[in-house]
Amino acid sequence: MEATSSSPDRPLSNRNELTGEQSVGDLEDGHLEAPRLQETVAAMARRAGVRQWDLGAACSSDRSVQVDRGEAKQLKAAQRRSITVRVWNEANRIGITSTSDLSEAGLARALAGAKAASAFGNEDETPAFSPLATAPLPALVQPLRPSLGILKLLATLKEAEADLLGRHPAIATVPYNGLAERSSERIYLNSDGACRQQSLTTASVYLYARAEETGRKPRSSGAVRLAYGADSLDVTGCIEEAAERTIAHLDYGPIPTGQYTCVFSPEAFLDLIGAFSSLFNARAVLDGVSLSSRDSLGQALAVPFLAIHDNGLHPGNIGASAFDGEGTPTRRLSLVEGGVLRHFLHSEATARAFGVEPTGHAGMGAKASVGPNWFEVGPSPESGGGAADLDRFLASRNGGQGLVVIDSLSALHAGVKASQGSFSLPFDGWLIRDGEQRSIDAATVAGDIRTVLQSLLGFEGAAKITPDGLCPWVWVEGLAVTGDA
Amino acid sequence: MTLSTLSPAAPFHDEGWIRRLEPLLAAGRAAGADLVEVFLERTDHLGVLAEQDTITSVSPAFGMGAGLRVFRGDRDGFVSTNDLSESALHAALDEALAMLELRRNASVGLGSFEGLGNLRDFAVAKQPWLESCPDLTEATARLLEGTHDLERHGSYLQARRGSYARNWQEVLVVASDGTHARDIRLHQTLGLSVLAADGDHRASLSRRFGTTDNPDDLRHWDGESAAIDLCASAATMLYADYVEAGQFPVVLANRFGGVIFHEACGHLLETTQVERGTTPFADKVGELIAHPAVTAIDEGSSNGAFGSLDMDDEGMEPQRSVLIENGVLKHFLSDRAGELRTGHRRTGSGRRQSHAFAAASRMRNTFIAAGPHSPEELIGSIDQGLYCKSMGGGSVGPTGQFNFAVEEGYLIEDGQLTRPVKGATLIGEAKEVMPRISMCANDLELAAGFCGSVSGSVNVTVGQPHIKVNSITVGGR
Repeated sequence: MEATSSSPDRPLSNRNELTGEQSVGDLEDGHLEAPRLQETVAAMARRAGVRQWDLGAACSSDRSVQVDRGEAKQLKAAQRRSITVRVWNEANRIGITSTSDLSEAGLARALAGAKAASAFGNEDETPAFSPLATAPLPALVQPLRPSLGILKLLATLKEAEADLLGRHPAIATVPYNGLAERSSERIYLNSDGACRQQSLTTASVYLYARAEETGRKPRSSGAVRLAYGADSLDVTGCIEEAAERTIAHLDYGPIPTGQYTCVFSPEAFLDLIGAFSSLFNARAVLDGVSLSSRDSLGQALAVPFLAIHDNGLHPGNIGASAFDGEGTPTRRLSLVEGGVLRHFLHSEATARAFGVEPTGHAGMGAKASVGPNWFEVGPSPESGGGAADLDRFLASRNGGQGLVVIDSLSALHAGVKASQGSFSLPFDGWLIRDGEQRSIDAATVAGDIRTVLQSLLGFEGAAKITPDGLCPWVWVEGLAVTGDA
Repeated sequence: MTLSTLSPAAPFHDEGWIRRLEPLLAAGRAAGADLVEVFLERTDHLGVLAEQDTITSVSPAFGMGAGLRVFRGDRDGFVSTNDLSESALHAALDEALAMLELRRNASVGLGSFEGLGNLRDFAVAKQPWLESCPDLTEATARLLEGTHDLERHGSYLQARRGSYARNWQEVLVVASDGTHARDIRLHQTLGLSVLAADGDHRASLSRRFGTTDNPDDLRHWDGESAAIDLCASAATMLYADYVEAGQFPVVLANRFGGVIFHEACGHLLETTQVERGTTPFADKVGELIAHPAVTAIDEGSSNGAFGSLDMDDEGMEPQRSVLIENGVLKHFLSDRAGELRTGHRRTGSGRRQSHAFAAASRMRNTFIAAGPHSPEELIGSIDQGLYCKSMGGGSVGPTGQFNFAVEEGYLIEDGQLTRPVKGATLIGEAKEVMPRISMCANDLELAAGFCGSVSGSVNVTVGQPHIKVNSITVGGR
C-alpha cells in the first residue's frame, strides 16, 4: 500500500520541523489535544470525501523497572501513540483502520484505508454513533501524579526486594517483580461534534517471591498494588502480602481427589466471573456464543442472595475510564440482583438491537467488542447473604475431608470453555482440616459456572478491593478437585 | 549536531538511515555505553473475521517504531517510541543512557565506534511480498468459503467463525558492534472455530493454521479438509462425558501435542529463566534430565514453519540448537543479554513481539524428534489411560509447574481408543515429567502457535511425534 499525502490546513507545532514530519494534534510537550485533533481530522476527512467518521486516540508514556537480587534487571521506558479511525461510506457501511503513525501522511493513509475497508462492511449490522457520545461524563476523582523518574523507581524497588527477601530464610529470589508508572491520554471524537478527552496517571508494583526449603519443591506467590502515582503506592502492603502468601505455601502436601467445599479468595472468584463474563455480554448473546439468551433476562442465574454489578466508576478502580470506545459514559450497571439476571453489557449496536441504551462497555471496531469494566460481587440487599458467620477455620473443625481454599487460579486462557460453561483450572491454595491450614502441592478445580453460581453457600468477611473488582471470600460447595495424593 | 531530513517512511535500506543512526550509536558509545542497539520496525496488518456467512470485521492497521537498548556491564536500559524522527531517537538515547547513569558528551565523534558494517539484507527478494498477498476481495472470499464448508460438513452448529490475519514486518537492526541487518517477515494465520449445541450438550472447538514467508498461503489453504476435520471433532465431542480425574498414562498426539515440551521444558531452557533463577536445569548441562527416548531440538530455519526467521531480532542468523539428546541436556537458547549474563552463547533466539519490547531468548520451531515406534504401539502399551488428540493452550509458572488443556480426548482401555472425553487439564512439574516420556513414535509433525512471555507474543512452532507419558495428573471431574 502506498501512503497518501496531504497538506495541513494551517501550520501546526514546529516540534519536528527539522525532519519534515508532523504529528497531528500534538502539543509542544507531546500530549494530544482533542479539539486540535478534531479540527485537523475534520479537514482531512472533508478533503477525502468522508462525511461521517469517528476516531479514538491514545498516547502514553511509561517507565518501569525490574530488579534481581539488589541489581537493576531491566529498565524500560516507552512512548506510545495510536489512532483508530472509522468511516461510514455512502452505503452506510463502516470501515476501520488503526495506526501508530500520527503524522499527517499517516492519518491520511488511515482515512483512506478505512474508506477502502468500508466496501467490505457488514450491511446487516452497521454501528452508529452512540446516542450518549455527547452526554455529560461522570466526575472521576483521579489525581494526576508527577513522575518519580526511573532512578527513584529503581531505588524503591530495590528496597522492596531486599525487604521481601529478608522476611523468611526460604525466600531466595523475587523472580517476578516490577514497579511502573504511566501517564496517558485517551480521546474520542466524531463528526457530529463529540469530543472526549481523559488524562490519567497510574502506577503499579508487583512482587512474586520464590521460596525453597532443602529437599522440598520451590513455592511461589505474590501480590500487586495499584495507585495514581508511584509516590502513593502501598509498597509496604505489597511486600507484606507477598511474604505472607509465599510463606503460607511453604508447608505443602498432596490432596486426595474428590468433591470439596471451596472457599474462593476475592481475586480467584473475580477471575472466574471475568472468564465467564460472556454470560452478561450482549454481543456474545447476539452472536450465539453466550450461555445466556435474550430470554435469560429476568430469569434466575444464581442463588437468590447473589448480586453482581459492573461498576467502572468505583473509587477502587484505579485508572477507570470515563467513557468507552464509542464515547458512551461509564456507569454502574446491575447484572445480577437477587440471583436474577437483570441487564446485559452493551455497545451502541447491541443496545439498538435490544432496544435499550448503550451501557459504556464497548470497544471501537467495525464490529465493536463488548467487555466488563470492574465487578462488584456480594450479597443482594435484604437477602441475608446466604449462610451467616462463615469461618473456614471454625467450619473445618466439624470433621470430614476439610475445606479447600482457592487462593489463585492459573491458565484461565486454556482451561475455561466460556461458551460451554465448563472450566478445569490449576490453582494455588490450602486444605484446611481441623482448623489447620496446609498448602496444596498441585491440584486442579473443575466445574460448570452455572452450577457454581447455583451452589454458593455464602460470603466470608468484608469485600476486598482488587485490581479487577470488589468481592468478599466466596463459599461454593461440591466442586471437583483433582490432586495427586 | 546535524539533523537529517530523512522521512520515517523511507525504506530501511535507504542509506539515509545509516547517516541518521551512526551518530546515535557513536553518541551512546562516547557517553560510556558498552553497546548501543537500535531496532527499527514498520508493520502492516490485516485482520478479517467471518461469522456464519458474513464478513463482520475488516481491520487493517499499520505502524512503525523504534526500540533502543543500551548496555553497560551486565545492565541495560531500553526505550521504545513510535516516533522515528531524529530528535525522538536522540531523546530515546538520552533516556536510556540516563537509566544507566550515563550522560552524552557535548562533542560527539565516532569515538570507539568504528561504523556500521555492510548491510546484511535478508529482505532483497521479499520486497514484493506485501503486494503479492491476497487483497481484501480475495481474502474475504476465501474466508467465506471456509465458513460455508463448516456449514456443509457440520451439524448442530450454533456458531461458525473464520479468521484471517496477515502481518507484514520490515525490521532493521543496528548496533555499535557493527551489526547492520535488515529483514522482511510475513506471517499469515487462518483460524476456524465452531460452537456445536444440542440441548444441554455443547462443544466449542477450533483449529489454527499458520505459515511464514509465503504470500500464497491463503490461496493454497485446503479449507474444506480443515472444515471436515473440525466438524468431525465437534460432532464427537458434543456428547462426550467429562474426564474422570486421576493419575494416568497418556498418549499425546503429534503436532500441537508438542505444547507439553514447550511448557514443561522449553521455557526452562531459555536463558531468561537462568537469569531469573527459575529453571531447575540451570546447572544440568551434560546431565540426564529426560528419558533417553527424548531428543529435542529448537531451530529457526524450517521452510515456511511459523517460528522460522532468516535473522533474529538482534540481527543474528538462527542456529539449530539440540536442546536435549537422548535425554541429556545439551544447550540453552540464548540472546545477547543472556550470553552476557549467563555465558551461554547466542543461538539466534533473540526475539520480540515488536519494537516496544527488548529482545529476549525465545523458542522458534521446537520439537521432540521422531522415535522408532508407531502410534498404535504407544496406545497398545496402555491398559487404562488417556489419549489426547487435540490440545488447547498451556502455561508454566515460576516454580516449573506446568499445565495445558486437552480439547479432544479419548479413553484408552486395554490398548484401544474407546469413549471421547472432555474437560481434562494436565498438570505436572518439568523435572518429574521429562523422565516419564518413555516412547516416541515415528510421525513427527509441527503446528503453529503463539507464545507469550517477557518479550511479548511471538510466532512459534511446536511439534512432536505421538509420545507416551508414563504417568501424569489429569485434572477433571
